[in-house]
Amino acid sequence: MSSAKTEAAASQALTPELKAFIAEWKSKPGNLIMVLHQVQEHFGYIPRKVAFEVADLLGVPLARIYGVITFYNFFKLTRPGRNRVQVCMGTACYLRGGEDIILEVEEMLGVGLNTVTPDGEFSIEAVRCLGCCGLAPVMVINGVVYGKVKMESLPGILAQYKKTSQG
Amino acid sequence: MDHTVTLEINGISVTVPAGATILHAAKSANVKIPTLCYHPDLKAWAACGICVVRNANSPKLLRACCTEVAPGMKITTHDADLVKIRRTVLELILSTHPNDCLQCPRSGRCELQKIAADFGIRENPYEARVEPLPQDTSTPSIVLNPEKCIKCGRCALVCQEMQGVWALEFIGRGEKTRIAPAADCTLAESPCIQCGQCSAHCPVGAIYEKDETAKAWDALKNPDLHCVVQIAPAVRVAIGEAFGLPPGTLMTGETYTALRRLGFKAVFDTNFSADVTIMEEGSEFVQRFVHGKGTLPLITSCCPAWTDYMEKYAADFIENFSSCKSPQQMLSALAKSYYAEKMGLDPKKIFMVSVMPCTAKKYEIGRSENMRSTGQQDTDVVLTTRELGYMLKAAGIDFVNLPKSDPDNILGDYSGAGTIFGVTGGVMEAALRTAYHLVTQEELADVRFEAVRGMVGVKEAVIDIKGTPVRIAVAHQMGNVEQVLKALREDRQAGRKPRYDFVEVMACRGGCISGGGQPLGATDEVRLARTRGIYADDERSTRRCSHQNPYVQQLYTEYLGKPLSKKAHQLLHNHYKPRKVYAK
Repeated sequence: MSSAKTEAAASQALTPELKAFIAEWKSKPGNLIMVLHQVQEHFGYIPRKVAFEVADLLGVPLARIYGVITFYNFFKLTRPGRNRVQVCMGTACYLRGGEDIILEVEEMLGVGLNTVTPDGEFSIEAVRCLGCCGLAPVMVINGVVYGKVKMESLPGILAQYKKTSQG
Repeated sequence: MDHTVTLEINGISVTVPAGATILHAAKSANVKIPTLCYHPDLKAWAACGICVVRNANSPKLLRACCTEVAPGMKITTHDADLVKIRRTVLELILSTHPNDCLQCPRSGRCELQKIAADFGIRENPYEARVEPLPQDTSTPSIVLNPEKCIKCGRCALVCQEMQGVWALEFIGRGEKTRIAPAADCTLAESPCIQCGQCSAHCPVGAIYEKDETAKAWDALKNPDLHCVVQIAPAVRVAIGEAFGLPPGTLMTGETYTALRRLGFKAVFDTNFSADVTIMEEGSEFVQRFVHGKGTLPLITSCCPAWTDYMEKYAADFIENFSSCKSPQQMLSALAKSYYAEKMGLDPKKIFMVSVMPCTAKKYEIGRSENMRSTGQQDTDVVLTTRELGYMLKAAGIDFVNLPKSDPDNILGDYSGAGTIFGVTGGVMEAALRTAYHLVTQEELADVRFEAVRGMVGVKEAVIDIKGTPVRIAVAHQMGNVEQVLKALREDRQAGRKPRYDFVEVMACRGGCISGGGQPLGATDEVRLARTRGIYADDERSTRRCSHQNPYVQQLYTEYLGKPLSKKAHQLLHNHYKPRKVYAK
């Protein structure tokens, strides 16, 4: 995440780009999900204040927005860790030990599913099928896909994302 | 084109209008298909699955509530398999529902309890899985108990589709679904206008009025207090339902007697202060319309759910609002000033209970400093019609067979105009009757204004006052008001004269007669019956116009001077301020 992006995320307000996106989609059917996707893409979650802004700009009741974002697993109401660890729990990955990977990552990071480490560095989520079942079990960190993950390779993978002491 | 469809229901041939549902077709064959989420006020959305039926032409089961009839259908509504399936649906719902019926506010009036009894449920094969969830008691009007919720969705649909408020929504998914306001708000922080239509539509005890009968009982037994009571127009045509009488049965005299038996020292009638409202609001209208002093259209302000909605969603119309308090607040203010002075009573010792068809009235009594115009809170407790029913039963009053009696003057007698405040169009009609007199100094030959009556969502008319056209609009059921506001905003934007001179708004469908605090089970059929009761009360009145009420005349001569006087303003008028839709 660039520093400008981090600032915008911290300010919890729609950026001009997101506002333009909403204006473009305002009159199109199915716009709410599209807009929420963009918002989450930007902030990593749907900040409460931003949900109010989206409601205003789209002319959609806030209750409908919350109905949608609490219905779909994909949408998050809280800020994820700087590094998002997503473990696939689709059928193939599940059968090939996805659950064991989750347990191991939880153990290593010291937090449970859908929780952020106290330093804000990592969060773990179980996700639905990522569409690369041939690589099961699959794990994704910040968009980078790790296939055929083995237990013993986990410390090495996670270490790459740990903050160095310099910063 | 053939506009009817012929089909078979359990071997009985029926012909129904095209577009009818299987549920309706079954009704015409005298077959009752059980339902739980279905409500005639709302579009069927098939949430519960109790109403499944079988069609001989199809392998899959159909939901009767939302499946349209087709020619040649051979529907089976009841057989061993269907009953078993429905029973399973019911058992699954019951497995997530608390088992404390005896302590439930809906005990005896619960649709789930009734259907469980109808199915003869004696035990449940499924393990109980009741999710402990906190109650929302944040508003003064309504309690939301999500543990009791069966997720039928009626409340959310009423709140969104009928009322246009969007305070409630399904939050979460699957087992974790609950009905709640958005963004982790409590009801008090949400857009909720406390109309209580959710509570009137909930089949179970998940949303209900905040029970304040204990406060009334305590006051009644306190020897230091002088307890007085008022009843709203719509109460008299519905309270009988709590005792098995048909909707619309006029029980005014019996209610007065019952209230005296409960121990009230004086029984007043909100219809009296409705007459006072008309004197004030009618004069306000004449001021604005004839003398050009103030903004047009004048918009009525008797309905507290509507004033709350306006402050949140339509604060750009604050100038248009009548500054008149509601009749409830006018009566309470007069009881603790005028009545107190005449009777030589200390207003601090007067305890004012009001019986209302409304849950929002509980909120109204504390909504601003203006509600303490006599130096203390003007109304002490609001009971809904339902709560009065509970009290009368607890007091062992044989309500149906009581002798009739009269209200206590000087705040009791009313005109026909006062009583029609309880129905949509009634405030408008009452105001027009008196406005006619104020403008022309003459009396109307025929006091009925048919154009403002009836169940159409927005009624528009041009009323002729001796050559001067008065353009009016009447809206009821909160969601319908947007149409009127939109039109007025368009006029404003275009710099045109507004298309209406006078607008009446009531938050509930049909007006207060189906308010959120009325006996449960209101449908349009019930609403029309209660409406007939109200108009019958008007018809039988010897005086049909508010300004003809001798006690109203006496009030002005002895106490207030004239309408809109300084004293009238201090006691009978109030202010509005914009509020946030979400307080948090």
